[in-house]
Amino acid sequence: MRPKTARLGGVLAAGVALTLGLAACGDGGTEATPAEGGSSAAAPGTIKLGFMGDLTGANAGIVIPPRNGAKLVINEYNKTNPAVKIELVEYDSQADPSKAVALAQQAIKTDKIVGLIGPAFSGESAQVAPVLEEAKLPSVSASATNAALSANGWKYWHRVLPSDNVQGPGIGDFIATGLAAKHVFVIDDKSEYGKPLADAVKSALEAKSVKLTTDSLDPTESDFSSVVNKVAAAKPDAIFFGGYYAAGGNLLKQLRDKGVKDAKFLSGDGSLDKGLIDGAGAANAEGALVGCPCYIATPDVTDAKVKAFADSYKAAYSADPAIYAAEGYDAATVFVEAIKAGNTTAEKINEFIATVDFAGVSKQVKFEANGEVSAKDIYIYQVKDGAIGLLGKANEAKLG
Amino acid sequence: MLNDFINQFWPATIDGLAFGSIYALIALGYTMVYGVLRLINFAHSEVFMIGTFGAMLVPFVFGINSPLTGIALVGVVVAMILAGMLASAGTAIALERIAYRPLRKRGASRLAALISAIGASIFLQELFALLVIPEVFNRPEQGRIQMALPRLMERSELFSIFGHPVRIDQIFVILAAIGMMIALDALVNRSKIGRGIRATAQNPEAAVLMGVDINRIVRMTFLIGGGMAGVAGALYLISYENTHYFVGFLFGIKAFTAAVLGGIGNLRGALVGGITLGLVENYGAIFFGSDWKHVISFTILVLVLMFRPTGILGESLQQARA
Amino acid sequence: MNQKNPLAGFRDGLGRFGDAVHDRWLSTPGWQRWVLYVLLIVGALLLPSESLAPIMSPYTDWATILFFPIGTYVVLAIGLNVVVGQAGLLDLGFVAFYAVGGYAMALIGTRLGWNFWLILVVGIGICALSGLTLGAPTLRLRGDYLAIVTLGFGEIIRITARNTDEIGGPNGIRGIPHPPSIEDFSLFGVNFSEVFGVDPFKYGNLNTHPYYYLLVALAVIVIILVKRWEKSRVGRAWAAIREDEDAAEVMGVPTFRFKLLAFAIGASIGGAMGVLWAAKSISINPNDFQFLLSATILAAVVMGGSGNLPGVMLGAFLVAWLPERFRGLQEYRMLIFGAVLVALMIFRPEGLLPSRQRKAELQEGTGGMGTLGAEVPGPDSQVEEVASK
Repeated sequence: MRPKTARLGGVLAAGVALTLGLAACGDGGTEATPAEGGSSAAAPGTIKLGFMGDLTGANAGIVIPPRNGAKLVINEYNKTNPAVKIELVEYDSQADPSKAVALAQQAIKTDKIVGLIGPAFSGESAQVAPVLEEAKLPSVSASATNAALSANGWKYWHRVLPSDNVQGPGIGDFIATGLAAKHVFVIDDKSEYGKPLADAVKSALEAKSVKLTTDSLDPTESDFSSVVNKVAAAKPDAIFFGGYYAAGGNLLKQLRDKGVKDAKFLSGDGSLDKGLIDGAGAANAEGALVGCPCYIATPDVTDAKVKAFADSYKAAYSADPAIYAAEGYDAATVFVEAIKAGNTTAEKINEFIATVDFAGVSKQVKFEANGEVSAKDIYIYQVKDGAIGLLGKANEAKLG
Repeated sequence: MLNDFINQFWPATIDGLAFGSIYALIALGYTMVYGVLRLINFAHSEVFMIGTFGAMLVPFVFGINSPLTGIALVGVVVAMILAGMLASAGTAIALERIAYRPLRKRGASRLAALISAIGASIFLQELFALLVIPEVFNRPEQGRIQMALPRLMERSELFSIFGHPVRIDQIFVILAAIGMMIALDALVNRSKIGRGIRATAQNPEAAVLMGVDINRIVRMTFLIGGGMAGVAGALYLISYENTHYFVGFLFGIKAFTAAVLGGIGNLRGALVGGITLGLVENYGAIFFGSDWKHVISFTILVLVLMFRPTGILGESLQQARA
Repeated sequence: MNQKNPLAGFRDGLGRFGDAVHDRWLSTPGWQRWVLYVLLIVGALLLPSESLAPIMSPYTDWATILFFPIGTYVVLAIGLNVVVGQAGLLDLGFVAFYAVGGYAMALIGTRLGWNFWLILVVGIGICALSGLTLGAPTLRLRGDYLAIVTLGFGEIIRITARNTDEIGGPNGIRGIPHPPSIEDFSLFGVNFSEVFGVDPFKYGNLNTHPYYYLLVALAVIVIILVKRWEKSRVGRAWAAIREDEDAAEVMGVPTFRFKLLAFAIGASIGGAMGVLWAAKSISINPNDFQFLLSATILAAVVMGGSGNLPGVMLGAFLVAWLPERFRGLQEYRMLIFGAVLVALMIFRPEGLLPSRQRKAELQEGTGGMGTLGAEVPGPDSQVEEVASK
């Protein structure tokens, strides 16, 4: 989802280099052309999967949990002592598309991975997916939600969560029906992620003939007073912000400080982070609602499979599973299932992915022809007593 | 549209004044250094950034995380401003010593100084993201994530203009900024060091012949400019309650714009430029949407420069008797 | 400078070595020069060889970073050098023209479906025009005023692109067409893809080599043109403007017209690179054109030696390559980069490979762009000198 505000000037963002398994370029002289989805290079008995995303930038907070989830699956699988072991190679793109492309080329030519989990964000996905397509290398993203990605006819690209075209209407319907709001102020952050999401929410609200007022903000700023003044003048029932938590938290605080107290504040998956509460202050954030196509297990979950995942995640990383952790787990599971079934080449794995259908942690995992996942659930979360808790599915959720 | 403008005029004015005062305080640093050295101190944005963290240190060290009142509040706020000034002025002095003076010594071109400043700016940002924020503020692996200040001052309504509330923190920022400006104006106009600064700005060679210690003057210029950025940093932190390692970037560009708008090298120009920019941005946002703010301010800059090529109040430090 | 430290000695030694090489070059016969030129081009074409990859770029794909950032920075730096190094105009918004070129390619390519080569020509025209449009009202401003106005212009272009939904808004534009491919290219009966393992004119997503060859061709043409201009009446006029604009004006140089020309030429070069880059990139968006790119390119020009083409290219190469090469230093590489920039300016303010003219100016004490504190004598150095005048 996330493009590059964090890049805040791409060249500057610092980054951790690839930490795993990049020493293997001993026979560098022979590979002028890439092998077709190559499976030949890794040591016998080991094949490589890649994970690509912003692992060190400002948005690492929403990339590290899915990375951890993916690692969890692969460690579990390797512990069973299978004939073919899996090595996970990490590619830190820092959410910079041109870096992501260079890393993808490296993954294809030098590391010869057979599948990629990621890229995490939509901007980098738009540039990396065509490269993977030509290399015939399957990818499953755990967090890229931009709707336009699935409209390119890519055969090797998949994502394990529904797009903004599902999230937007889901949240829009919740605002119109669940909250019964009559007048909504929609704000976007003019980012690759926030703008299309806000647009999708707008059209869902328009369809329900809710009165709309709109403005945009620049998330690199800290003073949103011009937006806040507009909201104060408009007196809406609800405010939707399409953007990330850093700006979301500041916006929410400035709104409440300016006396906009009663309007419900809603946002999308980019704001589903504790940072929203830190930025706004616990008192201001209380009651804020966040929609997400992701499923975050709450401590009181009863489903055995989800509970097992949450427990082993906590044991491994001493933290509760956060945003997209379950999706990262499911994305990696897709590849593990394929490899378990004896598919070790990129081509074969991709064929297997088309037929995959299993109960994952976050949802039933089954892909449509364009790479979208079949399950279309959107969840609503709410800030309560300074913590984010699950309220329910968007079409069922009610305020307590 | 016009209706919106009338409705939002007063809140936009108050916000514009408060934000413009912060621009103006930062712009002072650009303008003073430019006046004396004819140098755009591009690393000044980082001087501001470090000021916000200097101020942040006070509540952090004392473990304050709930609103204060009375003497305690005044004490903490004054301490924050002083800490911000100290951190920023120290940074500015170090910058002058490390990144600029060796270049002056070698008679390097101003372009080289600009690049040195950009390098220093990158260095300081990374230093904070990688070391200072994780280590000093004890936020491992969160160096690039915005850091929030707990609320110190209850945001009570002081009075209202035509039904639009004006909060105490906004008035505080505006008054504090204006107070600093008056103090600085007095310093430059009345003190011996101020005379030295004006003399150097007017004609450095003559100033040397008259016995002015140029190096001391340059150092003082950076010190004062840095101190003002530190005040700006503390005021920013108190009113917006957050900061991050990249906060200086946008403020730097805007404050520099404000300095040029008012007439670079001219102290009162910085005030005029800062306030103008703050107001114009907020008024413009009502008509064109908040996402056009930067375009509005740069367009105003180009327009002003086309008709007044040296800014609103004109260029030099001495002419405007600042 | 009374005290000589070892570093200064090393620096002077390096300078003398450079002078010797330069003298030698000036006395080299024409045919030898041509041999060297051809060797350099062949060397550039062989650069993306995979055998260099483990040394040059162990962490990312060598051929890919050779196109972007390395090659792209080099061409942009050549373009900016015309404006900054030759005409002495401080441009902090060079990225604007790169953006205009990129958007020209993206919009015309996706909306009108024109051929890449046609768009390249039109794109260069559009960029030259935008250079004139920006230059006409602003070039009457001097020095630092020009700097802030160009900076503002760069931001205006980026934000306008971001806010205008008709050209994709923050999403930018996707599905930009590649240049038309020639598959199975063969010359004199040699099939390139069989013999060299690379199809040099097959423009796909996976293989970066063909774009890199295109970039080398563009760079060679640009270098030839820029060199010709530098040695012509135009170049002399630029030098005169750079050194002293008022004097140039008095001597009858139409300064405004020549400044405008420098702007337009710089813009065209930036735009051509934008077109090529967009054709390779598949998708572009406004965030690709941040102010920091302008600053980085300017750093490359100054670091390499403003005004001297080989120096500028070296600077751009280093600025682009070092951070990629040293990804192994992890997060600290940008910290080190910043420190290196400062150190380099302290120890070699004239740049790594300065033009001789610039170096002479430096010794005289007046840099071409106006010395930092030209009027301010340096500490402990020239005070006596001034006093003795």
